[in-house]
Amino acid sequence: MSTDIFFYLFAAITAGSALAVVLCKNTVAAALSLLVSLVGVAALFILLDAFLLAALMVFVYAGAVVALFLFIVMLIDTYGGTRKPFKKGTIVASGFALALLVTGLATLAQRGALATPEFAGNAAPLVPVGASLRAYGEQLFTTYLLPVQIVGFLLLIAMLGVIVLSKKFEGLEDVK
Amino acid sequence: MAVIQVERKPLSLLERTYIPQIVGGLRTTLRHFFKPNVTLQYPEQRPEISKNYRGVPTLVMDPNGREKCVSCQLCEFVCPPKAIRITPGEIAADSPNAHVEKAPQAFDIDMLRCIYCGLCQEVCPEEAIWLQNQFSMSGYTRAEMVNNKAKLYELGGTLPDPHLKWDHKKAAAEHGNGH
Amino acid sequence: MDFSFYFDLPLWLRLVLQGTAVILVLFPIAAACSMAERKISAWLQGRPGPNRTLPPLLAWVPGIWVLQKLGIFQLAADGGKFVFKEDPVPGHVNKLYFIAAPILAMIPALTTVVVVPFGAYLDSAGKIVPLVLANVDIGLLAVFAVSSLGVYAVILAGWASNSKYPFLGGVRASAQLISYELSMTLSVLPVFLWINAPGGQGTLSLFDVVQFQSQPGFWGGAWFVFTMPLSAFIFLVALFAETNRQPFDMPESESDLVGGFHTEYGAFKWSLFFVAEYCHMVIGSAVFILLFFGGWNPLPWVTLTDTVQALAHIIPVATHPLFMGILGISIFLVKICFSIFFFMWVRWTLPRFRYDQVMNIGWKQLLPLSIANLIAYTIGIALLQK
Repeated sequence: MSTDIFFYLFAAITAGSALAVVLCKNTVAAALSLLVSLVGVAALFILLDAFLLAALMVFVYAGAVVALFLFIVMLIDTYGGTRKPFKKGTIVASGFALALLVTGLATLAQRGALATPEFAGNAAPLVPVGASLRAYGEQLFTTYLLPVQIVGFLLLIAMLGVIVLSKKFEGLEDVK
Repeated sequence: MAVIQVERKPLSLLERTYIPQIVGGLRTTLRHFFKPNVTLQYPEQRPEISKNYRGVPTLVMDPNGREKCVSCQLCEFVCPPKAIRITPGEIAADSPNAHVEKAPQAFDIDMLRCIYCGLCQEVCPEEAIWLQNQFSMSGYTRAEMVNNKAKLYELGGTLPDPHLKWDHKKAAAEHGNGH
Repeated sequence: MDFSFYFDLPLWLRLVLQGTAVILVLFPIAAACSMAERKISAWLQGRPGPNRTLPPLLAWVPGIWVLQKLGIFQLAADGGKFVFKEDPVPGHVNKLYFIAAPILAMIPALTTVVVVPFGAYLDSAGKIVPLVLANVDIGLLAVFAVSSLGVYAVILAGWASNSKYPFLGGVRASAQLISYELSMTLSVLPVFLWINAPGGQGTLSLFDVVQFQSQPGFWGGAWFVFTMPLSAFIFLVALFAETNRQPFDMPESESDLVGGFHTEYGAFKWSLFFVAEYCHMVIGSAVFILLFFGGWNPLPWVTLTDTVQALAHIIPVATHPLFMGILGISIFLVKICFSIFFFMWVRWTLPRFRYDQVMNIGWKQLLPLSIANLIAYTIGIALLQK
């Protein structure tokens, strides 16, 4: 099946470039690997018939977010300091991530395959939410309205935080 | 000098959008789009050269076709970059110009050295060397860039100057009231 | 005439043929744009422009001076020069990314055309069918998504060149393109809000936009530029910024950055950047025309179908799919050509903005304006379509 070949191809590209994001010493190369990885994810979405999600993925993440990453990387000093690479927090976090990964892989090995989702009455084939604009919009404004609002609120808070951190409020007493 | 403080008018809302100005600019450029070109198609069309233009130095003849240069070598002497090289020569006794003092046997101007200063023209007692309207001097070799006598006369042509100094001198000598 | 033999070909062969056709059409169009740029610049400045090149072998052909005066052979000579001249890679650059950047510039430039419809015809059942390589219902989003990847070529070229001017060009490009993408996206939302009436299937297809502008009646036949002039204006300004055209050509800005992001490039790699830029211009103009200027409809309130049916009284073959398709493509191309001319016209009218002005216009003027525009039209459309 050609779809399978494409799946393995794009999965390999996605996973490989994701690994490169972490391992690359050069920050620009790492950011570009992230770009490749995101495009790979978009390709996987296309294989799942989720064209809308794929386009959004490329438009928002690959098109804008990574460009901003690169912008920041180019502006800051990329050589880094003499910071110790492994601090206590880093080690704990990576240990935790490793444990999660091992658990996941162990579960997969135990089951032999990823479970196919079971549908009630397995009647009509599931319409992918990301395929059409209408389905996507409906889900966004009905089922997932609360998460969307929460994430939006989180972004707003983050933006306010950035403004507070980056602006100097010398003239304003009440902010201090 | 009186200083006049001009009150700068605040821009109106329409002016701050720049759109009327942009449209005006577009109209101006479009007008130029339809105007005839001002370019001169150079090698075919030549620009009008002013009479005062001082280009390549040339040698000129008088209206009777006599070369005016008498190879006094003053230009060679004055030339700052030493671009002029003259070999003086005698005029044959049977020549109609035998009454003229001398004529150059060879006259070379190295245009790779010439700086177009015009001192040769300034110094010439015979008004034989002129910086004329020739402005484009090019060649494929160094040798081509040296103007020899034939080339110099070809470039120079005839000077329509009715004051024939040597003929007057000859006539005066024949009539016995020379200076 | 029957074209079913084409649709009987295997899918991969059709895809290869269509892909080759895209390259074979877009490359010459981009090249022609570069010559048009030179000629139009010249005419706007009262010069004749390149008008001398003529291969001696062709000099005997009568009437060939027309092509000579239009600089067609100059174009061929320039193209040949770009291919054959030495293509040096400076010693201080990051070789991999330096070579990858122009290739990366070409990919989005050639890919976006796939979802852009460029004509339509009536099939035997009287149904209107778009001429498009991939008729997907996320059309516009796909154009935006893929063309937004074009910025990486500029950033990468600037960064890989490893010298100061290209680097500044790359940094400017990244900030500028992101800034104007926002206004651009927001400015087209009213169009799609209007098209996607409640209860509809929901579409972002550019073909549906044109069909919406070809309805009968006064409001049905009105192009969106009449009903949404502000959206069209914002989209146009953002398009200028997105395609790095004057007065927004910050990444190049030869007066302060030498050549901007392509300072270190030469020969074929440099020409690829330019082909990509002109491709972006062509595709951007095409999208602008599809959205706001009625696509392949010849005049507002006069649709292509009407024209063909009126022509059918004079020429019987007018309703043939082939004739109608070619007519539609020609009308669309004429509009694109005028749009390209407008790009060049503006180039020689407006001075280049300063970088802070570009950022101010983008964030402090265009973005609030497009948000206000969106809100106003949302309320208006909600009231109208209730």
